[in-house]
Formats: sequence, C-alpha cells, structure tokens
Amino acid sequence: MSHHDHHEAAHELSWIQKYVFSVDHKVIGIQYTITALIFLFFGFCLMMMMRWQLAFPGEPLPVIGNLFSDSTMPGGVMLPDFYNSLGAMHGTIMVFLGVVPLSVGGFGNYLVPLQIGAPDMAFPKLNAASYWSYFIGGVTMLSSFFVPGGAANSGWTSYPPLADIATTGQTIWLFGMVALITSSLLGSVNFIVTVVQLRAKGLSFFRMPFFVWAQFVTSFLLLLAFPPLEAAGVMQLMDRLAGTSFFLPTGLAISGTPMAVSGGGSPILWQHLFWFLAHPEVYVLILPAFGLVTEIIVTNVRRPLYSYRTMIYSVIFLGFTSFIVWAHHMFMTGMGTTISNFFQTTTMIISIPSVILLTVLLLTLWGGSIRYTVPMYFALAFLPMFAIGGLTGLPLGLTASDIHLHDTYYVIGHFHYVVAPGTLFALFGGIYHWYPKVTGRMMNRALGKIHFWISFIAINGIFMPMFIQGIAGVSRRLAIPNIYEHAQAVQGTNVFMSCSAWLLGIAQFIFIYNFFMSLKTGEKVTSDNPWDATTLEWLAPTPPPHGNFSKEPHVYRGPYEYSVPGEKQDFSPQFVA
Amino acid sequence: MSAEIKYIDEPHPVSGLTNSKLGIWLFIASEIMLFGGLFSSYILLRVGSAEWPRGASVLNVPLATFNTIVLITSSVTMVMAWASLMKNQFNKYRFFMAMTILLALVFLVVKGFEYHAKFEHEHYPSTSVFYALYFTLTGLHGIHILGGVVVNSYFLFPGTKLWKTNPKQFAGRVECAGLYWHFVDLVWIFLFPVLYLL
Repeated sequence: MSHHDHHEAAHELSWIQKYVFSVDHKVIGIQYTITALIFLFFGFCLMMMMRWQLAFPGEPLPVIGNLFSDSTMPGGVMLPDFYNSLGAMHGTIMVFLGVVPLSVGGFGNYLVPLQIGAPDMAFPKLNAASYWSYFIGGVTMLSSFFVPGGAANSGWTSYPPLADIATTGQTIWLFGMVALITSSLLGSVNFIVTVVQLRAKGLSFFRMPFFVWAQFVTSFLLLLAFPPLEAAGVMQLMDRLAGTSFFLPTGLAISGTPMAVSGGGSPILWQHLFWFLAHPEVYVLILPAFGLVTEIIVTNVRRPLYSYRTMIYSVIFLGFTSFIVWAHHMFMTGMGTTISNFFQTTTMIISIPSVILLTVLLLTLWGGSIRYTVPMYFALAFLPMFAIGGLTGLPLGLTASDIHLHDTYYVIGHFHYVVAPGTLFALFGGIYHWYPKVTGRMMNRALGKIHFWISFIAINGIFMPMFIQGIAGVSRRLAIPNIYEHAQAVQGTNVFMSCSAWLLGIAQFIFIYNFFMSLKTGEKVTSDNPWDATTLEWLAPTPPPHGNFSKEPHVYRGPYEYSVPGEKQDFSPQFVA
Repeated sequence: MSAEIKYIDEPHPVSGLTNSKLGIWLFIASEIMLFGGLFSSYILLRVGSAEWPRGASVLNVPLATFNTIVLITSSVTMVMAWASLMKNQFNKYRFFMAMTILLALVFLVVKGFEYHAKFEHEHYPSTSVFYALYFTLTGLHGIHILGGVVVNSYFLFPGTKLWKTNPKQFAGRVECAGLYWHFVDLVWIFLFPVLYLL
C-alpha cells in the first residue's frame, strides 16, 4: 500500500517522518524496543518500592517515600491500597507493556522481515498504527496513577466482583487494555501475512529460522486468544459504567450492604475469559524468547541444531495445546473434578513439547565448540532458569498439590522464573547479539559480563526464596507480609530478597550505560556478519537501509548449516549458493 | 533494492491470495473469537440462571425481521458493487456501494428505534442479565456496522482515486471490505435467533 509514497530515498524524508512516524519495520522495531525497555524499568521500579514494604512492613521508605502524596504514602509509609495499585500495575506493565512489546514488537518487527529476506512488513502503515496504538495504551495505563483512588488495584488479573467495584483506575485500565489489544491484533495479522507471503525465493517453511517460526506461532496465539479478553473487557466496562451484572452474582453484599444491581452474573465467567487469553499469553511470553535463544546458541556452538524439525513440530503442537489448558489456573473455583481432571491432563501434555524444545537446545551444546560471547552467557543461563520455571509448574498443574500452593508465593516464584531469568535473559542476550547489526558497533564485553553475573546472582536471590515462602503458606498480594503468624517464620527471607532486587536494579545501570556508550565508543564491526552466522539478516548491509537488502536475496539451504564436512568455513550461510 | 512489497495487487502463486485478502481473513478469524467469547458468555450465563425471558415476548421480532432482510439485501448489493468493478462498470459500482451504505444506515436507524422503545419502557442494560447481553451484543454489532459504513464511504468517495491508477488493487480493497461486510451480516444472522427467538 505504501510503496507509492515511499519510493526509495528519491525524496528526502523529514526527521519526524523518518524517526517518529516512520513506516519502516526497523525504525518501528527500535521504537518498540526503547519504549518497552523504559516500561520494563518503570515496572521494575514499582516492584523495588513494594520490596521495601515487604522487607520492612510499615516503616517509612527513606528519601523516596517523601516524594509521594498523603493519599499514597503518608510520611513515607506505604498504604495498603497503594501497595495493591503497585502490584496490579507491576504485573500489567511487565506483561503487556514490557516483555511482549519487546519480544514481539521489538525483536519480531526488526528481525522477521530481515530473516525471511523481505523488504519490509506486508502492511507498513498498519505496523506504525500498531506501535502508536501500543503507545496510547501505555500512556493511558500510566495516566491512571493520577486519578482519584489511584491506578487499578485489583491485581493484573482484575477478578470481579472486586474489579467491578474498584476505583476509577480500573476503568482506565480497561480502556488501556482495549488499545493494547488493538495493537497486538494489528501486529499479529501483519506478522502472519508477512511470513506467509513475503519469504525470499527458496525460503520454504522448513528453511525458516526457528525465531521466525516462534514469532509465527506467537502471532496466531495473539490473534485468537486476545479477542475473548476484549469481550470480557467490554463486559467489565459495561458492569462498571452501565450498571450491568455480567460478573456480579445475585445477592452480592459489600460490607453487609446488599448491592443495588440486578445480579444473575458469574464472577467465574471472567476467570474463564481472562485465562483463555492469559494462558496462551504465557506462550506469547516464552516462545519468542526460545526463538532468540535458539539463534544465539546455534551461532555460538558452531554446529547445527540437534533436531530442527522436532522443534518446529513441538512449537506448533505447543501453540495448539496452549488453548486448552487455561482452567488449570482455576482449580480452586469449585468447577468440579471432571473439568479439573481434563485440564490437569492437558497441562501435563503441554509440558512435553516444552521439554522437547529445552532438550533439543541442551543436546545442541553437546560436541559443539562453544564461543563464550556475552549473548551466549545469557542464552546458556536461560536453559536452567527456564527449566526451574517449567518444572516448578508441574505441582501447580496437578490438582492435589495445587490446593496447598495456589495463590502463594510459590506461584509467583514459578512464573517469574519463566519470565524474568527466562524470557528477560533471552531478551538481554538478543540485544547483545543483534546490537552490531542494528548499530554497526559491538557492546562492551567486559561490562556485558559484569551485567550478566550480577543479574544472574541477584535474580536468583529474589525468586528462589519465594518457593520456600510459598511452601510455608505465605499468600501473595499481602500488603503486610507478616500479618499471619505462619508467615513470620520466613519474614527474614524478605529482607534478603529485597536486597537482591535492589542489587538487580543497580546492575541494570551497567546495561543502560553500556547500551548508550557503545553507540559512540563501541568497537566498530568490520563485516556485515560479525558472528559468522548463517541467517539472512547478516547478509543485509550494516545497519540495514530502507528496503533492507542491496539485491533480492535468494535462499539455498536450511538455516543452521554450521561445520558442514568438506566446506572451507565452519558456516554455510543460507544466502550463499 | 527498492522497498517494493510484493503481492499487493497480484495473488501469491502458492497461497493464491493477495496480502490484504489474507489479512482480512485473519482479521475475521479474530473477530470470530471476539463474538465467540460473547456467545459463550451468553450460554454460560443462561444455563446458570434461574429464569430467562423468551426473546419474542420482550423484544420486537417484526422490526428485527425487517432488519435481517435489510442486512441480507445489503450483502447482495455489496457483491453487486464488487462485481460491477470486475466488469469495469464504475457507475454501477457507485450505485450499488451507495445502496449498501444506505441499507446499513436504515439498519442502524431501525435499531435506534428499538433501543428507544426499550428505554421508554425503562428496560436498561442494568435491568437484567438478559438485557445486559442484548444491549452489549447488539451494541457491539452496531459499532461493527458503523465501522463498515465508514470504510465503505471511504471507498465510495476519496478512495476511488486508486481506481484510476491501479484498478486491480482498488477492486481487491473493495473485495476485502465486502468480506468484512458479509461477516458482520453473518454475526447478525446468529444474533437474531439467539436473542429474539430462543
């Protein structure tokens, strides 16, 4: 559509057209990346404040605490409502404004067209619309901190009836979600069309890099799982604004006073619709990360992927199955043992392809000659971290053990292992790995390794003790963590975890410094393919110009042909005949 | 290499689709999930409730029947509009496209009268879960109709510039708008019996 008005660099684009309202997938990818990184850090800051309250409940937060109003932190002491807002917004921001926009919007946008040898996404204007819709959604979410009653405080899951009767922040949360869902809808249509239609000559589906496959499956999840949440969001908006009772049961009373609503609704309905999105969303969080890790590992072990096709079949199977496991989040709702058994079984089944993916990557290391580059550090750390996250999920997927662990810190530890030292480490690795392609310079290796080691130790210091707390029975979402007697025995771990969180925060400044300084002082790359990799993005000039390739690329072989016997080099790129 | 994106007006040799046609099918898939979520909610709420009014006894079936005919006719005129483009009869295209938009507006006006009658009898979304579903489902469907009107109006007036420079691409766009329009009709074909008759 847009090729009429963007014919090459025949006419110079203004700075605003080129860098702000750009329709080039690479600029949009960078916009997504920067915005998402800012949101990630902001979401992390919310958590670092909560960690003070968890470590030292009821004590005034030094210095920073005085910056807040009396309705949130009078005298620097955090009010429980404000704690709830921080918690709900931490989850929302990390998932919907941080990780997914970074992995799908950022890396997906930048790399998918390059890796399939396309000049751009299929719908460049839609791509820009997708970014700006995300931006509006993000600003809407942030603005909710300034309305009376503060931001949404019913958890990132927004369970009714609580969310139905919560303060105005919840309404704004819902409007923000509608904008974010629109963004992901436009993005996912664009990705699927791009992958199906715009692959270079010779690039059959089974020659696509695994990262492209991961994004392809992820796009289907986003396309089909988000709309039911949009339906649920519309119904919750109706409940809040038009006085309907979709999620309010008959006879609901608040503090002893019956509510003036018609009733007849079902709070469980929200949970079904929410988790119908939010379980596939887990795979939206993890699959692109698996894609990034695969690319990094294969490039750095100098041998082919142990079994490429097994990974493809696993990821497709994973995509399908992710739609029929959602109610394992709802074992405690009393939906009955028959349904619980069904979802328990599907949950055990879905762990198989995840384990296959992990095993293939592990076996790929065997017999390779590993290059310990900074991205490889992160990719290697991803494997055991994701494994811990995945394995600790099994007791939650079994109904019997879930009864004890449900809604405790064990759950928090489990999914953070998947998303934080899992996905986030993969994303960090991705930034270090593709930075030379995007900027033409390497990031500083020494700083990268310091960033890695501190982050790796600190992040385990945060999440490992959560399993202990959870098994001890400490509930999540408690503004006063030691309010119950049984929690007092493990209150000491909170201090250790909070210190780890603050250390992790400090370590990120090393990354931020490295990220910006390397733009100016980083070692310049001398080749378009500094890692001696095989996929198409390394054929493009550095940094890739508008239109990406100097001539139309042609693909001759599979994506990971390293150390082919008889070849002069230890890598045979896809684009070399 | 130029930033030329392929398969904008020619179909892809393997998939047999242009980019936008594949895009609109995917969009419709996600729309099915949106309305699917709402219809599932209808089922869950209805089986979980002690009493449920019979649609025909509280809603205006004759008006809705009239509206069903209006929408089906508009789907026919939409196809005629596209077919006229394929036969290179641009004036006929304008006529049928205008008819499609007009019928959509008739539908919305009739729907407006229906809503008005409900409000006069003090039947609001907050009255019962049945009315909540009625207003939410028909309201969301109404917004989709309105979206169709906006898109079709664009292709009736400013969008026609493309017809002179790239008629194939223009016909492709109208076809995509048509696919969306048929989908919106189809949603009503489900809504009508579910809400008014069952």
